[in-house]
Amino acid sequence: MTPVPSSKINPPNWWKQNRKAILPPIFGIGGFLLFWQLSSSLGLTKLEGPLSLWTDERTRELLLYPFFDNGGLDKGLFLHTMSSLSRVAIGYSLAAVIGIGIGIAVGLNKGLNRAFDPLFQFLRMVAPLAWVPIALVMFQQNQPAAIFVIFITSIWPILINTAEGVRQIPQDYRNVALVLQMSNRRFFTKILIPSTLPYIFTGLRISIGLAWLAIIAAEIVMPGTPGIGYFIWDANQNGYVSEIVLGVIWIGAIGLILDRLMAWLQTRIASGR
Amino acid sequence: MTATLSADQPSSAALAPPLLRFEQMGLAYPTPQGPYPVLEGVNLDVQAGEFICVIGHSGCGKSTLLNTVSGFAKPSSGRVLFNGAPIQRPGPDRMVVFQGYALLPWLTAYDNVYLGIDAVKPQLPERQKREIVMEHLELVGLTAAAEKTITQISGGMKQRVAIARALAIRPEVLILDEPFGALDAITKEELQEELLKIWNTQKCTVLMITHDIDEALFLADRLVMMTNGPAAGIGEVLTINFPRPRSREDIMEDPRYYELRNQALDFLYNRFAHDEDA
Repeated sequence: MTPVPSSKINPPNWWKQNRKAILPPIFGIGGFLLFWQLSSSLGLTKLEGPLSLWTDERTRELLLYPFFDNGGLDKGLFLHTMSSLSRVAIGYSLAAVIGIGIGIAVGLNKGLNRAFDPLFQFLRMVAPLAWVPIALVMFQQNQPAAIFVIFITSIWPILINTAEGVRQIPQDYRNVALVLQMSNRRFFTKILIPSTLPYIFTGLRISIGLAWLAIIAAEIVMPGTPGIGYFIWDANQNGYVSEIVLGVIWIGAIGLILDRLMAWLQTRIASGR
Repeated sequence: MTATLSADQPSSAALAPPLLRFEQMGLAYPTPQGPYPVLEGVNLDVQAGEFICVIGHSGCGKSTLLNTVSGFAKPSSGRVLFNGAPIQRPGPDRMVVFQGYALLPWLTAYDNVYLGIDAVKPQLPERQKREIVMEHLELVGLTAAAEKTITQISGGMKQRVAIARALAIRPEVLILDEPFGALDAITKEELQEELLKIWNTQKCTVLMITHDIDEALFLADRLVMMTNGPAAGIGEVLTINFPRPRSREDIMEDPRYYELRNQALDFLYNRFAHDEDA
């Protein structure tokens, strides 16, 4: 059988246009994996090389069957990931709504900004892991505590960028609102939101990465529930190093996808300003 | 009856209460070294329907003068009366065409004009608002570009949209801060003629800052020439009574044109010459 040539895409042309976008990452990533494998084979590090993901039977099974579900915690990585993503979705959505809300208030009101900016700058420096014991004491329950950790890690870029966006509304636009004697509501929907949108999206994009970054910290507090963070924690407790490596790679890949998704949304919604 | 009427004829404008009145108006900005006077002792009456141009060297407080009318600046002494009452805050009856156009770049030309009329007259039926927007876009020759966003159109077109937005809400006073300064010569002349045409039909009062004597002579009924700051004031007011409607050619052939032009030049470059502009 000869492959059926595609009618729309002309392969040599397509390759010419896109090879600059495709070849360098392949070389970069390939080179990195090669370096990793070599340094592990040469005994420079105790960490096993990337090939071990395939040679180790536990990780090979996990790679091949991401969807299996034997009940309890014995699930494929895809299912672990979905539980984690739903947790992140809740925490991140809360962070978005509250972060944009407070950001607008702080951006509009200099007094509020002076009152709370030091607090925000301080809180955003606290590492996700440090929030875990505090969250547990606050909520006494695992699920809300985990969501809180994601929320509190990811809210700051949204809040700070939104406030900055509101402060950066050009004086010209404010003057237009003044001379037209716009109602607050009209100013909000017709000028403030559209003018601030690019800043909000910058914050949202930084925050989606942080929210996902917080997943391991968040799920440490949730033993006995599925999730990619807990999967890594569990592998660590049991000393399955290649499982940890696999989990980390999986987390990185999902993070990359989330970031690209937000970047795409950003160009769709907030471009042309 | 007839006697009083004919007696009133030449000075009827002076007897009608002015639309705008500056009374010993002064304005100072507070600075750490004490108040810095920008304007001092400004007296001027503007009648309804007049076209006034303001000229003066940069930094003399022309924009500040107009800001006291639009309501963006408050006099620190004296007062500015509009229809007999002191001006408190900006309002759509004194609409401004801002120096940088101040259009919302994420909206189309149509939506920018619509936003103004919708904010000022929300009670109008939808269909009427739409008609007003289209009518004013047509007035400035932008019917074809109505659906283009602001980022897609040229500087001249942006200024047209800004003028359409201002006129659509039917202000009593139209305030223009160097509206044509950033435009090329041809676009500038086109827009001057359009502005004059619109002013002729709408009969609003126009206050316009300019740097261009010829522009002022073509457009204005009176040219207000300002002295240099600090504590600038009105140095001289030239009355420009070329018959209307005006055409550039006719004005250029009028001997008074050069007289007025020389008077303005003499004021700006001899009597109130400015180091920075020299």
